[in-house]
Amino acid sequence: MHLAVAATTTGGKLLTMLIALIAFAAVVGIILFLAALAERRGRRQTAWLFLAPTLVLLVVGLVYPAGRTVVRSLYDAAGSQFIGLHNYLTIFSSDEQLVVLRNTVLWVLVTPFVATVIGLIYAILVDGARGESFAKALIFLPMAISFVGASIIWKFVYEYRDHIENLLPGQQQIPQIGLLNQVIVWLGGKPQQFLIDSPWNTFFLIVVMIWIQAGFAMTILSASIKAIPAEMTEAARLDGVGAFEMFRFITLPSIRPTVVVVLTTIAIGCLKVFDIIRTMTGGSFGTSVVANEFYTQSFSAGNQGLGAALAVLLFILVVPIIVYNVRQLRASEGR
Amino acid sequence: MTQLSVPAIPADPGVDTGSGRRRRGRSSAADAARKKLTSPWASLVAVILAVLWTLPTFGLLVTSFRPEADIKNSGWWTVFTNPTFTLDNYQTVLGSTGQDNLAPYFINSIAITLPAVIAPILIAALAAYAFAWMRFPGKNTLFVAVFALQVVPLQVTLLPLLELWVDMGINRTFWPIWLAHTMFALPLAVFLLHNFMREIPGELIEAARVDGAGHVTVFFRLMLPMLKPALAAFGIYQFLWVWNDLLVGLTFGGQANVNPLTVALFNLTGTRGTAWHLLSAGAFVSIIVPVVVFVALQRYFVRGLLAGSVKG
Repeated sequence: MHLAVAATTTGGKLLTMLIALIAFAAVVGIILFLAALAERRGRRQTAWLFLAPTLVLLVVGLVYPAGRTVVRSLYDAAGSQFIGLHNYLTIFSSDEQLVVLRNTVLWVLVTPFVATVIGLIYAILVDGARGESFAKALIFLPMAISFVGASIIWKFVYEYRDHIENLLPGQQQIPQIGLLNQVIVWLGGKPQQFLIDSPWNTFFLIVVMIWIQAGFAMTILSASIKAIPAEMTEAARLDGVGAFEMFRFITLPSIRPTVVVVLTTIAIGCLKVFDIIRTMTGGSFGTSVVANEFYTQSFSAGNQGLGAALAVLLFILVVPIIVYNVRQLRASEGR
Repeated sequence: MTQLSVPAIPADPGVDTGSGRRRRGRSSAADAARKKLTSPWASLVAVILAVLWTLPTFGLLVTSFRPEADIKNSGWWTVFTNPTFTLDNYQTVLGSTGQDNLAPYFINSIAITLPAVIAPILIAALAAYAFAWMRFPGKNTLFVAVFALQVVPLQVTLLPLLELWVDMGINRTFWPIWLAHTMFALPLAVFLLHNFMREIPGELIEAARVDGAGHVTVFFRLMLPMLKPALAAFGIYQFLWVWNDLLVGLTFGGQANVNPLTVALFNLTGTRGTAWHLLSAGAFVSIIVPVVVFVALQRYFVRGLLAGSVKG
């Protein structure tokens, strides 16, 4: 089949892309044509024609694979022998996997809280200020950058150059090229290997996620703050309410549902965080998390049973947060 | 109707947080809080945060314009006292013939992203229309089921899908990546487009139907033109998702002919983790596209972001 051969030239790739676009459009065109035909004959199955591509793709791409993964998680590494819940037992008992779980908990607890607090403070500080949109864009821009790009940016900040303990006369330290280590040197400290020294390295990875997500929190909280009715704040102001009370009794209660949505959304992102860890440490030095460990076990360590169990665990952890999130979202919409 | 409520895609421009426009004479709680927080201190904290957030990117950007030898021997901050700049790094990652050339991956990213954005929009628009304006048995149950599929994490599907691609003989082409991104995007796309379609007044549809227009005509003549903002919001969200994706590309790519830029950069950090002249320039080649899209279409981007906040 010609289409199944990967093109190697720029022209070939773009041609393949064009063919794919035409193919996708043709599917939609054929469906609309059939629907028009069916309608003219007064048939009523038009709806199923409209739904067909979506339903087929969802069953093939999500429902069936998810089912297979659940079954796979009950088998051994090679997928040949049924071992019940043994893989899940491994996740909760082996030393390596417990570190993975610990890190995942750290990510999910620390990141949403810190990112939301920073986002909220910044949203309040720049609200109505001159150059507000520019100030917001600065914080928000990391959202547009890929996790891989963000990881490279921060890896450079953390870059470490060998530190010589006992300098010979006339010898000089190798200059640091990572900003953070240079700041430490300027302050008279000793350069650190931020990404290697466990368990603190996990926190330095979390910083990257906070850097990305604070903009998200800021944007959504800012929209929510601006939606607080002016009459409410005006009345409070006339009553002589101070800044802190205003925040505590007016702002915070008004935006509470949004804060919860922001917290849970970032928490979901943290549960599934993969790119940052893969790019910055590859999960070494005790920094792995569930989503990364899934990839390692499935695609490099060759333990597909354990990989599947980790994927299912991720699924199980995500579901309650999303359900809660959707309910909060609806609650905040209802206001 | 027992349909789910309209999601957080507020259509009112008040949510356009990118603009700092405020009505005069109105003050908000935050406004008051800020004023009372003795403005100089508030400004100082804001400036410190802004600098902290910008400095890492700025440092790498400066580095990407420095000669390789300089990058290795001195920090980027020394350019303020000793400015030397070059375009060599960009020449290497974009124009050289060696293995450091990232241009083919840039093309791959484009070839991956366009179909992976357009296909789910087309397919989801059809389904969303059926859910919004057609009658058929089991409609509400099916809609909730499609919506609920958003909770399925990609990880759960990757290995079985990989086996499927191998069985189908399309592994190591663009097709697995296009199809995977399309599949994963559908629950959110159907949900969002459905909600937008429901906002279009029913009388408009009824009038067209009375005039003898079939669903196909209504879909083309009425829906698609009115849906432009919704399509843009979802399109930008999906564009950034696909362009910035690593997991799908890494799992289903795996060879130079197919790998997107993110995977190429990821591989570079593994094999040449200290080649900062390549990494910095390469990173910015990949960053520039979404940043331009973001700056140009910030309004839609924020909407898509709000809407996508429930994606699993």
